[in-house]
Amino acid sequence: MDASTRTKSRSKKPQYSRFTQQELPAWKPILTPKWIITSFVIIAILFTPTGLLCLWASERVVEIIDRYDDDCLPDSYSTDPDSFIQSNNTNKTCVRTLKVPRKMSAPIFIYYQLDNFYQNHRRYVKSRSDKQLRDPDEADETEDCKPINGNDDGPIVPCGLVAWSLFNDTYKFFKGNKAIDIDKKDIAWESDKKYKFGSNVYPKNFQKWELIGGGALDESKPLSEQEDLIVWMKTAALPTFRKLYGKINTDLEANETITVVIQNNYNTYVFGGEKKVALSTANWIGGKNDFFGISFLTIGGVCFFVAINFILLYVLKPRPLGDPSYLSWNRNQGAQ
Amino acid sequence: MAKGITAKLLRSSLYTLTNIRTKPSYKKEAAATEELSGYPRVININQPAVPDDTQQPPIFCTNYVSTTKYTLFNFLPIALFEQFNRVANFYFLVAAGLTFTDYAPFDWPSQVVPLALVVGFSLAKELYEDLQRHWQDMTANCQKAAVHVKNGGFETKQWREVCVGDIVKVKKDEFFPADLLLLQSSYEDGMSYVETMNLDGETNLKVKRALQNLSLPAAVDDDKASHFSDFLATIRCENPNSNLYTFTGNLEYNGHIYPLDPAQLLLRDSKLRNTEFVYGVVVFTGNDTKVMQNTTQSPSKRSEIELQMDKIIYLLFGLLIFISIVSASGFGLAVRNTIRSWWYLVPEIPGEDFDINNFVASGLRHLVTALMLYGYLVPISLYVSIEAVKILQARFINNDLHLYDEVTGVPANARTSNLNEQLGQVDTILSDKTGTLTCNQMDFLKCSIAGCPYGKRPSEVELAAAKQMAAQDESSDGSLSDSSSLEAITVTDDGNINKKASSIKGFSFQDDRLEHTNWLKEPNSDVILLFFRILAVCHSAIPEISEKTGELTYEAESPDEGAFLVAAREFGFQFIKRTQNSVVVKERLKKDQEPVEKEYSILTLLDFTSKRKRMSVILRDESGQLLMFCKGADTIIFDRLASNGKTYLEATTKNLNDYGEAGLRTLALAYKKLEEKEYSDWHEKFHNAQISSGSNREELLEELSDEMERGLTLVGATAVEDKLQNGVPECIDRLALAGLKIWVLTGDKMETAINIGFSCSLLRQGMKQLCIVVSAEMLAEAAKDVVKENILSQITTSMQSIQNKKEPHAAFALIIDGKTLTYALEDDMKFKFLNLAVNCASVICCRVSPKQKALVVRLVKEGTGRTTLGIGDGANDVGMIKEADIGIGISGVEGMQAVMASDFSIAQFRFLERLLIVHGHWCYKRISKMICYFFYKNITLALTLFYFEAETGFSGQMHYDDWYMLLYNVFLTSCPVLALGVLEKDICAEFCLQFPALYQQGPKNLFFDWYRIIGWLANGVYASFVIYLVNIRIFSPESFRKEGQTADMYVIGTAMFTSIIWVVNVQIFLVSHYLTSVQLHTIWGSIVVWYLIVYIYGLMPVQWSAGNIYQQLPEVLGPAYKFYLSTVFVTILCNLPYLIHISYQRCYNPEDHHVLQEMKNMKKDVTDRKMWKREQVKATQETEIGLSARVDARMRMKGKTTRKYSSLAYSSS
Repeated sequence: MDASTRTKSRSKKPQYSRFTQQELPAWKPILTPKWIITSFVIIAILFTPTGLLCLWASERVVEIIDRYDDDCLPDSYSTDPDSFIQSNNTNKTCVRTLKVPRKMSAPIFIYYQLDNFYQNHRRYVKSRSDKQLRDPDEADETEDCKPINGNDDGPIVPCGLVAWSLFNDTYKFFKGNKAIDIDKKDIAWESDKKYKFGSNVYPKNFQKWELIGGGALDESKPLSEQEDLIVWMKTAALPTFRKLYGKINTDLEANETITVVIQNNYNTYVFGGEKKVALSTANWIGGKNDFFGISFLTIGGVCFFVAINFILLYVLKPRPLGDPSYLSWNRNQGAQ
Repeated sequence: MAKGITAKLLRSSLYTLTNIRTKPSYKKEAAATEELSGYPRVININQPAVPDDTQQPPIFCTNYVSTTKYTLFNFLPIALFEQFNRVANFYFLVAAGLTFTDYAPFDWPSQVVPLALVVGFSLAKELYEDLQRHWQDMTANCQKAAVHVKNGGFETKQWREVCVGDIVKVKKDEFFPADLLLLQSSYEDGMSYVETMNLDGETNLKVKRALQNLSLPAAVDDDKASHFSDFLATIRCENPNSNLYTFTGNLEYNGHIYPLDPAQLLLRDSKLRNTEFVYGVVVFTGNDTKVMQNTTQSPSKRSEIELQMDKIIYLLFGLLIFISIVSASGFGLAVRNTIRSWWYLVPEIPGEDFDINNFVASGLRHLVTALMLYGYLVPISLYVSIEAVKILQARFINNDLHLYDEVTGVPANARTSNLNEQLGQVDTILSDKTGTLTCNQMDFLKCSIAGCPYGKRPSEVELAAAKQMAAQDESSDGSLSDSSSLEAITVTDDGNINKKASSIKGFSFQDDRLEHTNWLKEPNSDVILLFFRILAVCHSAIPEISEKTGELTYEAESPDEGAFLVAAREFGFQFIKRTQNSVVVKERLKKDQEPVEKEYSILTLLDFTSKRKRMSVILRDESGQLLMFCKGADTIIFDRLASNGKTYLEATTKNLNDYGEAGLRTLALAYKKLEEKEYSDWHEKFHNAQISSGSNREELLEELSDEMERGLTLVGATAVEDKLQNGVPECIDRLALAGLKIWVLTGDKMETAINIGFSCSLLRQGMKQLCIVVSAEMLAEAAKDVVKENILSQITTSMQSIQNKKEPHAAFALIIDGKTLTYALEDDMKFKFLNLAVNCASVICCRVSPKQKALVVRLVKEGTGRTTLGIGDGANDVGMIKEADIGIGISGVEGMQAVMASDFSIAQFRFLERLLIVHGHWCYKRISKMICYFFYKNITLALTLFYFEAETGFSGQMHYDDWYMLLYNVFLTSCPVLALGVLEKDICAEFCLQFPALYQQGPKNLFFDWYRIIGWLANGVYASFVIYLVNIRIFSPESFRKEGQTADMYVIGTAMFTSIIWVVNVQIFLVSHYLTSVQLHTIWGSIVVWYLIVYIYGLMPVQWSAGNIYQQLPEVLGPAYKFYLSTVFVTILCNLPYLIHISYQRCYNPEDHHVLQEMKNMKKDVTDRKMWKREQVKATQETEIGLSARVDARMRMKGKTTRKYSSLAYSSS
């Protein structure tokens, strides 16, 4: 009996393990002044050159931006841009000249930039059918495309607001009289072309709805080859966005003058948006963006400043580590 | 096998539904006969469920017991209802329902899956707990019992098949299947011994006696009892009730009526011991049994932190509603003003989202969408994470070897995990005395016989005083004293302490005059002889021979009695055997002579009750002399002395006063000689009263006992020491130094309470004792108003004396007794009383009833608004334990009832120190850090959605994939915060104990105050802002990589989400101080897992991933340097303010635990012992109780102002 109670009590005794006794070995970092100063200095040391590097990279990018929506509106239509843009009879060709500020080496990317265009609006983002874009058998899957899903002739391919509002300004570039080739291949993501837009899906009934939206599509080309559409259908995050139009694979020398012949078809006048054409080179940091470099530099500077402050405080008013006089009971006594 | 279990389960649930919880219903005819007999319950023995000609037997409930909360059918509805009763869960339920509509900004899985996981987890936990209870029930219900069928044959049935009226046979060491009426036992006289440990936790055996005059044929153990085949009798008894110690009724058999009392009732869950077998009739079954009537579910309590957390949730709901309204108005305005011209949306066609002709309706619709979209502000997994963390924390408490009692083999047990962090915020401890502070083990220490005091060994109180004196002497010499030298002093003071003597449990008496039959040489040896005989005979104990050693031990009802019997044995009067009618004592009446056995036949035994405060036996000794031996409380006995029996009264009273001073419990012994005639007359009356039924039976018996117990002759008095539990004074000292207030609530009398107060250092010399007492005369005579007036004036004068105290260290102790407390607790006075009490260093309430204990706790809890902790071990503490914010049960000797009602159970009072100061402190900090962080991380995520909304014309579009949102709370960020909640430690256990002042961080709530909470919320707002702004600005509008492509919405979303994952994980890294491999793995693991998820999700076939992030990481973001740079930049920028904050705080405004961490890190505790000790002494709250305060007081008396090392002797031991 006694033995049994003993085994019973033994079984109730908690097992020892470092985990159950909360004695796991642990790293207990302490923010000593040395650590504080070191960490801020390290951040400063890392951030400052990174910032400079980014700024330098951004500086090397050559960018030409030209806003043309206002200038391409003939003066006679300036009070009524809608009728200009919606009419089929107006001449929408517009010629702009751009000056290359610095040498731009190939590839030079051509972008169109829209402003105040809410590609991120929920109604807009939702109004598409990925199934239909992928698979010719799913052409009827237009439920999500409201209100652009189809008419008496059958479903619209590609359906939905996004495709329907396809950007359709066109650009032609001339150096003097000589046209510059625009490479419109490989402006879309490879995976989109391969998997999201079917190579056997052809546009059908497109832009044949009662309202005409943006550009039309070549019905003989499968969607996977309609790269402008693919780029357009990657909805942008912000109302101001830039999308790739094409590439120029020849260098442009400094001070060269480039002529851009624009077909000004896309209606941004009605909602007061801007249209810009942009030529830009890119390097590892992407396009021109000084914000990044400046931010790095600023934070590097702030950290440097903080580090100096801590050093000063440490020199002027050091608190010895583990100094018991900072314990609350000692401080309270001092107050009394 | 498994199938069998399921079958059982199903069947049992059916049972549950039909039979359980239905109160027994009685037929009307039965009710009519009840009226006549006075007892409502009629049981026909041996005819269970067989209809009689005249009346049908009343239907009683079955013997199936169920303690489960749910049944198979109501589990889902009830459990789900409880889940969705929480406001956050209800919100998420509605949100999940709405995801199936067009209002939802995301697909249904992103709301439904997390909700299902969270609720599923909670349900699983409930189910698991209930199944455990169910399996426990099943094992109980399926136990086997031998039930009489017919012709004396017995059949083995399961417990649940046992019916009221059945005759059941129970063998040795078996449990009783229901409440039984004892008919016959293997002993001829119908005695049986019962162990009631499961009921009241008392380990001593109880005697049960069968009805004596039933004249049943002798019982033989041959599984056949033919005399029961035609045993038809009727029991009329009381209805089921929860009172364990009462039972009244009659047994009608052969035309005779036999009265029944609790001595015949064998209770379910108690065990037959030392008796071969018994036969009994089932009286109460199933939920009617006393033990089931006594089960109460422990109340669900919520901690302060959780209540405050609810407020934060409401705050966040407020924020949610606010930003939703902002969104909705923004959307409504856009619909009215701008959207009209956005031709690419074809705005003129009204959709589910908006209608340009009705911008108000569109705005309101959008409000619903927005409320769902920003729902991430309220962390869905918060409750479930906290629950998981608390369960693990509770396991740490259960598994702590430092809380494990080697002696009893009982570990600590966190019975509810709700209150872990509350342990770190306790302000007032309200403690029971007996069994909690004291171990309820009595040591016979001194006695006074014939007015002459015997016993030289000092009590603990006297010893403590000697220690104090020694400490004082030592420190006045300026030398460092330690406990061993103190011991030496006390030992030399005492002279001849014999260590061996103390090895006898219950006997610490030391006096050569009485030991080893030396008493024969004493002048009053005849009185001494009588004294010893009374000790050996006047009791209700049972001797038990230990199988191992062959020694006799005694199973006594009270520990005092046990100590008396041990004492009597040591003096040579060994009680060896008890039969129903006699007591056999081996008496050694001459030196060097074999002891002689003497049999005293017991004629009547008048029990000890707390009301009577005395017990007597009337016996006939071998010479035929009738005697009455009586022992009881001194005042009671003194009142009953005959005029010629007061010879030693004066001397004895003086001795008793001395014993009281020394903290001893005293009883007086007396006797009286009886004439045959006198006894037989009295006995006849007494017997008649015994068998009478009706309500006045008790009164009648009481009166008759009183009549007999008069005209006594005083013999002497005993003094036993109520031993303090191990380490109690030290523990109280540490708790006091940690700033806790300790109240003692005891049912004991004032003198005893004060004695214990002294030995626990709750009281000390020089402390002014404010006794608030109303004299018994006043209570009896004066009107209630007068009494109250009197108490009020006492309280006021006491208060004045506190306010007018002159010296700064004057300490006051409030002592109040139960009767006075009744008035003081009334509404118009209680706050004055409380005000006085909180101004006193210690409060002792004596003679309080269990209900008053609960009332006092409630007063403190509600009056001060502070956290109270009730600790106790007995059934009388249950109310207090349930009422207090935290109830702690001592799983000690007195029983399980307190433990069953408690939130935590520990084996000894001294474990309270570690439970509060270590576990409480840790849990408090862990939970507060965890909750703050939880809110931070959700705000960080949810607000980025809000900013993005503003950029989309408040249309409700998200830039994150639905799956990111889904995984964020339940998977991506849950593990590190769980690890933090379970493993974080600011200070190691030793330091917590060494620097008790650290505990005050909890009661002062320094780590979960609004300042800190708002700070965290602000940090979340800042982080969300930085994350959003910087990412947007970095990725837009120009191309973000060398190949010239620009970022679309989901690329920016993924980049931003990556930043969030990094920011919140680095944040938790900065928050943690104690980084075990678990934390490091979860933190870095979460980040790695995030990349893996994006990668694998991107690789999945395009139809699954909705195409948004298909191939995103490898093709789009992976090769872009900006992606990585932006993550690094945002991560550092978001954590920079926090880093600067903690750096500054650490350098110039460190908190105590910071400094201690540094000390530990520099090993100052080893290298600079002197400073280390000095700081330990200083790291205390000012207190007027405890050993240290005692030493302080002494030092002050000696003119020293500072506490010196001397107190270390206690505080470091």
